[in-house]
Amino acid sequence: MNILYFSWIKDKLGKTKENITIDENISSVAELITFLKSKDETYKEVFKDISSIRVSINMETANMEDSISINDEIAFFPPMTGG
Amino acid sequence: MIKVQKENFSIEAEIKKINNSFENIGAISSFIGTVRNKSVHENLISMTLEHYPGMSEKMLEKIEETAKKKWKLLGTCIIHRYGELFPGEQIVLVITTSKHRKEAVESCHFIIDWLKTKGPFWKYEKTNDSGFWVEAKQSDIDEELKWKI
Repeated sequence: MNILYFSWIKDKLGKTKENITIDENISSVAELITFLKSKDETYKEVFKDISSIRVSINMETANMEDSISINDEIAFFPPMTGG
Repeated sequence: MIKVQKENFSIEAEIKKINNSFENIGAISSFIGTVRNKSVHENLISMTLEHYPGMSEKMLEKIEETAKKKWKLLGTCIIHRYGELFPGEQIVLVITTSKHRKEAVESCHFIIDWLKTKGPFWKYEKTNDSGFWVEAKQSDIDEELKWKI
């Protein structure tokens, strides 16, 4: 699964993207976050306050409870500041 | 027409393009967002706009389509820049045209409000001794919600 990171999330994690292998039992964004948080302290810190993070699935804005599958492109970013 | 680009843009050139492609334009409304020299922090050196390539184009198209569904518009243009920009530089351009003023003015306002909260762009401000990511403002979210679309 391809995961992209933007803004301060990218800075804190020190990467713009990564390809990870996930368990079949991970079926939602929330479950993916739980999995990432279990990886190490940096992820735990980044995803500590989920209210400050937004997510997209295949370039469409999504919610934490939305379903995901291994071929999806997931992106995590703070609220957008366009214009 | 939407564009996400690093290069600068010219409002005159874009209006000319619309005028050449559409007939019976009676109203042209436009908005240009620029980099302030004093933002949240004093003495801004530069503002770097990061975006999500692919999604930014998709969202701009969605915003333009939504405006065209709600208002009777003729030619429209949304150009959003990315990369490092300096005080005074242009960031974003919105042009809406219609037969009568109401449609052009309202839709231009709507597009810029939606861009603020739905455009996948993030701003990094560099000051003399530090740098920080600009946080989304509640007032921008409130403005977007007022449209009830």
